[in-house]
Amino acid sequence: MPSRRVTIASPSGLHARPAKLLTEAARKHSLVIRIGRGEDHLVDASSILAVMSLGVQSGEEVLLTAEGDQADQALAELADLLSDHDT
Amino acid sequence: MTRSEVSRELTGNPAGRGQAVGVVARLAAAPVLPAEVPAPGPADAEVAVAALGSVVADLRARAEGLSGVARDILDTQVAMAEDPALMAGVRDAVARGRPAAWALHDAFEVHVAALAALGGYLGERAGDLVDLRDRAIAAVLGVPSPGVPVRAEPFVLVSTDLAPADTVTLDPSKVVAIVTAKGGPTSHTAILARALGIPAVVGCAEAESLVDGDLVVVDGTRGVVVVSPDDSLVDQVSRAAVAVPALHHGPGSTSDGHPVRLLLNVGGPLDDVVDAEGVGLFRTEFLFLDRTEAPSREEQRRVYGEVFASFGGRPVVVRTLDAGADKPLPFANSDDEPNPALGVRGYRVARRRPELLADQLAAIADAAASHGTDVRVMAPMIATAAEAREFADLARSFGFSQVGVMIEIPAAALRADEVLAEVDFVSIGTNDLAQYTFAADRVLGDLGALLDPWQPALLDLIALVAEAGRRAGKPVGVCGEAAGDPALAPVLVGLGVTSLSMSAPALPHVRAALREHTLAECTALARRAH
Repeated sequence: MPSRRVTIASPSGLHARPAKLLTEAARKHSLVIRIGRGEDHLVDASSILAVMSLGVQSGEEVLLTAEGDQADQALAELADLLSDHDT
Repeated sequence: MTRSEVSRELTGNPAGRGQAVGVVARLAAAPVLPAEVPAPGPADAEVAVAALGSVVADLRARAEGLSGVARDILDTQVAMAEDPALMAGVRDAVARGRPAAWALHDAFEVHVAALAALGGYLGERAGDLVDLRDRAIAAVLGVPSPGVPVRAEPFVLVSTDLAPADTVTLDPSKVVAIVTAKGGPTSHTAILARALGIPAVVGCAEAESLVDGDLVVVDGTRGVVVVSPDDSLVDQVSRAAVAVPALHHGPGSTSDGHPVRLLLNVGGPLDDVVDAEGVGLFRTEFLFLDRTEAPSREEQRRVYGEVFASFGGRPVVVRTLDAGADKPLPFANSDDEPNPALGVRGYRVARRRPELLADQLAAIADAAASHGTDVRVMAPMIATAAEAREFADLARSFGFSQVGVMIEIPAAALRADEVLAEVDFVSIGTNDLAQYTFAADRVLGDLGALLDPWQPALLDLIALVAEAGRRAGKPVGVCGEAAGDPALAPVLVGLGVTSLSMSAPALPHVRAALREHTLAECTALARRAH
């Protein structure tokens, strides 16, 4: 399954606003996209509550996975979003 | 409407000026689930989902008229209320035999607990979820939604206390007055009430006895609430509530022509054209409130630009971020200060997070340049001349030619000569200066007398600063609540203050008060006052 590791650049980690931007971006793709600290701790990237509940801090590395057509493209887009300091 | 035979008076701290008459509507409490759990109906899943839908629709409607930060906050609330995991949780709970309201409670509880367990900034979002949960449950139970009530007719808002989030979205055309059981004359609620031009009485413990439908007269000038007023008082207040036409216009001055610049305190874009010479205090906290991270430089530049454009080219003094004490921000303040009013707040935050101030100054400079606005900057909570110099050097490096500081700490007032040697102007924040001079927390209603701007010790410090300004040939303004008191304004001018910055509703009254006195009369009033 396609996956990407990405370091969270937002100075406050995956808090409300970055989590909202991520879930909005994830929903644009008709794929199952998951995010977490490792393969055995993945949550639905289209759920803002699940993403926020990870409590991911700035500078932490997360794993993104996607299943379906054009998964690599979706992962690249989401990785860009998460590594953008201003997200 | 309840009319008892005898009218009675409740007293508290005067906050927003003026009088208003109206019917009480209390801030609605959170709904309570009945002790007995009923059997679920066949359509309970749909009922619960529809309740969430109505909460979302309400949030969207409220977000409609907002922009920037406030909009961001509500959009995030919408995203949480529409979360697929939450919807699934609601349906699961109904499938387990829980009726709609209980199913909502259970589904939210999982996420509330998960966020609360994280603590810190994300822990605070648990409160947002609780608010959504309570609104949805209220919709199912058919009881009023928690928070500021929605009424077709104007009303007097009564509550134990008001959160900044509640006050920010108040509609002055609906809320004719505010009464709270807690809060001092310089509490956040009081300041916002003045900014909105709403009469208010805060720290009125007996307000807890008021119930929906009580008829009251609120006198924000005296700090009195009259319950069940007689008809003659109602008539008198109703007639007086018709706006006083401003008799005077244009620049401020005494009757013999001594100029006093009359400026505005604002916390966002200006909706109306106000007869003022400029903005003496643009509070930037509203851009940072209720966020877990600082807005980006680009977002700040956009919002400052909108604000500058609304001032129509008049000069603006922007106060850099004043976070801390009664306005804590998760990304700027630490959670573990036992005395936040004496902690890392105002300019002191820049030591810990220098990039916050640098980003803000860069954004202000960019916005000023693109709008051609005469923008000056000033730092809050400066204690020493060294801090003033440090801030002035930094601000000048971003191209600002007019740099000032707030005088809110007695140490800075006592050494005003040295502080003024480093900057181009100073502005006295009387609310905090009173707090630190009298060792009296400005949010405590019980200490109102110590926080009274007429206290001679406070006037002594203002006089010291004004005299230092005269020696240095530099402006000394007042931008605390005292500046908007028409009775005190001539005294401040008599002490040597050169500009007064206040909320828009106070400005015509202060202008008129100054035109009733010569400078010599102001000086005599000042001498008698301290």
